[in-house]
Amino acid sequence: MTAAGVTGVTPLIETRALNVRFGGVHATRDVNFSLAEAELRCVIGPNGAGKSTFFKLLTGQVKPTSGQILFRGKDISRMQPHEPGRMGIGIKTQVPSLFNGLSVWENVWLSAQRVNLPQRAKDVTRTTLERVGMLAESEAITGTLAHGQRQWVELAVVLAADPPLILLDEPAAGMSDAEVARTAELILEINRQHALVVVEHDMSFIRMIAKKVTVLHQGQVIREDTPDRIMADPLVQQIYLGKKPH
Amino acid sequence: MARFAASWKSAALCIAIGVLLLIFLPNVIDDFTLIQVTIYLVMSVLAVSLGFIWGFGGILCFGQAAFFGLGAYTYAISVVNMGDSTVPFMLSIVVPALFAALLGYVIFYGRLSDVYMGVITLTVTLILFNLINSTAGPEWKIGNAPLGGFNGIPAIPPLNWPGNADESITPRGMFNLSLGLLIVVYAGLRALISSRIGHVIVAIKENEQRAQLLGYDPRAYKLFVFTLGGAIAGLAGCLFANWGSFTSPTIFGLAQSAQIIIWVIVGGLGTLMGPVVGCVLIQWLTTQIGTQQTFNSNLVLGAILVLFVLLVPKGLVPSIGMLLERLGRRSAPAGRSSDAKPVALAKEQQA
Repeated sequence: MTAAGVTGVTPLIETRALNVRFGGVHATRDVNFSLAEAELRCVIGPNGAGKSTFFKLLTGQVKPTSGQILFRGKDISRMQPHEPGRMGIGIKTQVPSLFNGLSVWENVWLSAQRVNLPQRAKDVTRTTLERVGMLAESEAITGTLAHGQRQWVELAVVLAADPPLILLDEPAAGMSDAEVARTAELILEINRQHALVVVEHDMSFIRMIAKKVTVLHQGQVIREDTPDRIMADPLVQQIYLGKKPH
Repeated sequence: MARFAASWKSAALCIAIGVLLLIFLPNVIDDFTLIQVTIYLVMSVLAVSLGFIWGFGGILCFGQAAFFGLGAYTYAISVVNMGDSTVPFMLSIVVPALFAALLGYVIFYGRLSDVYMGVITLTVTLILFNLINSTAGPEWKIGNAPLGGFNGIPAIPPLNWPGNADESITPRGMFNLSLGLLIVVYAGLRALISSRIGHVIVAIKENEQRAQLLGYDPRAYKLFVFTLGGAIAGLAGCLFANWGSFTSPTIFGLAQSAQIIIWVIVGGLGTLMGPVVGCVLIQWLTTQIGTQQTFNSNLVLGAILVLFVLLVPKGLVPSIGMLLERLGRRSAPAGRSSDAKPVALAKEQQA
């Protein structure tokens, strides 16, 4: 049953029996997923579990073989790749996807100006860069920045468009402990206004931010629960953490 | 925008040099040289069209000559039929633009990859070459204009003052018009690149997927760039047909298409002035080589291309720009002014 059916409220995003096949590979199997407005959900799973494919489906980069993706009740599963972004789904990819030849300012401004008038776009660019601590680097060419800085720039690019749903693919990857703590803090702050789906491997990081975790395995949702219960679940321990059930 | 001040300084300098040439050059060179310079300018308009779509739109079109040839033939056929050149001039821009829009729609909305883009545009050019080439018989004519097959269309009536067919353009007027239009095209494209749309166009060239994720539709922007490039190449074709009062299928040929790409590579990709510099330089060199018998001009041009790709891969204008920047940095005092905002796009647009 869908979340809408249970609560009577239309979820922000919902997938129904979502399937994707790449030739003989069944990358996503009957995924039913529902996220409420302003909810924060972590998605975990071993390599090849289908997490990245799931994000590509939500952002229109991959078309489902069957099933539906509903954003605020509207089917977006057959839309053109640029339309989910236009509707308000932002994504920070695992390897920062940026306009490398452009400056940090231009990267963020390009995001802000799509949804704002010129003066407002400038203000949004400045405040967003300030928010992620990258204002001092605004003139730097993005391709010359360190990996960690590029992560912040990409986050700023996503935030500047003010999307209701933000997908974060391993936001803490390659970050120092201090940066991880700062990222967790920022994610919780972002969650006050935006719904978030976070794919992450670092369980300590997940504990810092998550209230609910979805576990993907071989393209299927196998568990959905609080972080503590997920960590204690024998099946999750077996397939994800590599522990055998007692 | 203040952020693009540096970029606009170089643009203003280029435009000022162009205006000075427009005013003074006809007074200091003889008519023969002026006619020679005019063809350099006409071809520069063509070079800028590819420089724009390739360097800023990221679209490597092997068939820019197709739009150039269409512009020339459209002008020739329509002016022979109409007499007055006002409408033919406009048609020579509109017809190639529409053709580019149609071709671009199939390519971009059909989501064909870059490799197919090159193959399709090259094939279209060669099809047009063969098509026009096989129209030699007297039955091949549009209205009063025989297409002439390989012999082309001779004695094309020149441009006249709008609405007055008796007042034809002189060689001096042709120089003024060609340089004037080159300045207008350059300034217009610079303004476009600095605009909101221009930023998105460059962003799509940088990372199409990220642009898509932000909600921009790359297909629409690429189609716009490709169509505009086609229109400018058509304008160049019209000027070409006027320059020699003649057009033939060779302008659709492989050599013509390759030459435009060489101009852009030598002058510098990612700039608008680079293709102009490359075009003038290579054409001047070709003319000089043509005055002697020792070296074959195609061989020399091939060697120049190889040397540039290996030794000056960025092209002349960006390399000179980088050199000047380095020299400027050395002579500038330490510390950074808060007003100086060197940005990537500004660098990309220099010259």
